[in-house]
Amino acid sequence: MTTQSTVEPFRTFAAVAVPIDIANCDTDQIIPARFLRKASDDPHYARFLLHDLRFNADGSETDFVFNAPAYRGAGILVADKNWGCGSSRENAVTALVANGIRAVIAPSVADIHYSNCIQNGVLPVRLSEQDCATLRQQLRDGPGAEIAVDLETQTLTGPDQTSYTFEVDPFDKHRLLNGLDDISLTQTHDQAIAEFAAAYAVRHSWSA
Amino acid sequence: MAQTLFEKIWNEHAVVTREDGNTLLYVDRHLIHDLHFRAFAQLKAAGHSIREPDKLFGVPDHSLPTTAKSLADIPAGEMREAVEVLENESKALNFTHFSMTDDRHGIVHVVGPEQGITLPGLLLVCGDSHTSTHGALGCIALGIGSTEVQHVLATQTLWQRQPKSMRITVTGELGFCVTAKDVILAIIREIGTAGGTGYAIEYAGPVIDAMSMEGRMTICNMTIEAGSRFGLMAPDDKTINYVEGRPYAPTGAKWETAVDYWRALKSDDDVVFDKEVVIDGSSIAPMVTWGNSPQWALPITDAVPNPDDEPDASVRATMVAAIDYMNIKAGMPLADIVVDMVFIGSCTNSRIEDLRAAAEVVKGRQAKVRTLVVPGSGLVKKQAEAEGLDKIFMDAGMEWREPGCSMCLAVNGETLGASQRSASTSNRNFRGRQGVGSRTHLVSPAMAAAAAVTGQFTDVRKFAEEA
Ligand code: SF4
Repeated sequence: MTTQSTVEPFRTFAAVAVPIDIANCDTDQIIPARFLRKASDDPHYARFLLHDLRFNADGSETDFVFNAPAYRGAGILVADKNWGCGSSRENAVTALVANGIRAVIAPSVADIHYSNCIQNGVLPVRLSEQDCATLRQQLRDGPGAEIAVDLETQTLTGPDQTSYTFEVDPFDKHRLLNGLDDISLTQTHDQAIAEFAAAYAVRHSWSA
Repeated sequence: MAQTLFEKIWNEHAVVTREDGNTLLYVDRHLIHDLHFRAFAQLKAAGHSIREPDKLFGVPDHSLPTTAKSLADIPAGEMREAVEVLENESKALNFTHFSMTDDRHGIVHVVGPEQGITLPGLLLVCGDSHTSTHGALGCIALGIGSTEVQHVLATQTLWQRQPKSMRITVTGELGFCVTAKDVILAIIREIGTAGGTGYAIEYAGPVIDAMSMEGRMTICNMTIEAGSRFGLMAPDDKTINYVEGRPYAPTGAKWETAVDYWRALKSDDDVVFDKEVVIDGSSIAPMVTWGNSPQWALPITDAVPNPDDEPDASVRATMVAAIDYMNIKAGMPLADIVVDMVFIGSCTNSRIEDLRAAAEVVKGRQAKVRTLVVPGSGLVKKQAEAEGLDKIFMDAGMEWREPGCSMCLAVNGETLGASQRSASTSNRNFRGRQGVGSRTHLVSPAMAAAAAVTGQFTDVRKFAEEA
């Protein structure tokens, strides 16, 4: 997933959504640390997502919502506040992508996890606490219901067809819509970087 | 226009600023540890090379068993591979690397400041959320993800949107046995684990001014636990004295220029922060966390809270779940909680001052539970041994280990057993952080030492009075 050229453009996305009723769900929950050295193409990667909530010690499934048959193949998570706090591990997003999850809807998303999502073509959608609670309730009431996200118009359609608008940084939006990888984008500023570095080295010669 | 310290450093590093406020920042120092061992192959596969290898510094820490003295001592497999690949790539790609046989190695956030790689006024990144630690020296230091790590390797720059500004002023004077760890736990308790999201936090006030550099690093370290990627403090005499003479610090005329520059680095008097928080330092007591979030911290004299008293349903549910997971009871005095193990270490609390504080409590006493003492670097270890601290710990029946992250993240083979409980000087008490089913309570080094010698959480103040 970190190979730069594989970022998939994000325009519209509709999928089954699963409610995750955990406030402050940290990245240690999203992917436990013992999987951090695994290669992103590990065939078991999808299993690592929320692993210790989904699986018992013997590998059998728990009754965690993610395992319920109606939510199988979910492509969207509706989470609670401060989703993705804690460790900077981008593996958390790799695990989302390995499960085909392209959007996370939450009242707030931790800063580092937010950028990691953008880097991998996953859209974090911030809606109010109330709206997220409503969506999670609707998903619990009608398991298997879909949510549709349109990045271009910055709108989201809930299971009951209610439409919500959301904010997204223009630069993030631009990169997601076009599936741009940052390195090639930045390399268009190559000249500016070289000039800056040269001037900086003179201005702050002590820093070298 | 009046500027904050953060804005001044930020502007000094802005290569390109887009209309939407996103800025391409120039990176002075890039630190990398073993968990990023796959980055090099990925970078190569994408056809990129390292733009400025002389600004890259590597050190193994996460995957080192703290009993291992050389590569051969690490069990074959992923753990050894991570350490080995980092070392090999450092040779192939020509960047500085402190190998595990070098005294200068240790936890990346201990090594950077210790070597003078971290300096005031710089912009420093590392693929690790606790990079906020380095801001204690008066620089912008931020944790980044692995794609961003590759971006910095390839371009020596990073895209960022300028965060809002917050100042946290800690007033008054700290009480007896109250440390930087207690201050930051009190701050996180106050503003919450998302309180700093979207902000860069500058710490100020008499308590910060009076604090040692080690203490300041502890505060900035856990800034990420308050949701902010950036914690920083204006450099002062203490900072400059700390930096002077360190191996990678400037010397001669460059040092003089640097010092002149650093002395002027502070927020303008008339600058307005987007948010101001004031904490009364005098009222802070030694803290213990009871739940699975660093914000669930309380003074040791307190009891496990009752979720029924919490009006917010979502918070209440989290509290109930945490009390259940931690196997404690509402209303139970924190001092009644018995521990199975104690961990003294991590980038939060493994510097010499931390080990001294722990040793002072341990001296002449015996550990009642298994205790691991893991210095933050080989140099901290040497210093502690020169002061005889190792002997104090070992005489008490504690284990004196080689440097590394150890039980903070528990990916080096050192874990708590399922359902075991620790008193830990690290920074995260998340579910399973120290092993599947593990229960972690965060405390200061002195409080951890007190828990070790009594087998349960104990108000270290009484303890120290007895002595
Ligand atoms: S000591 Fe813990 S928090 Fe610090 S870098 Fe190591 S694993 Fe991360």
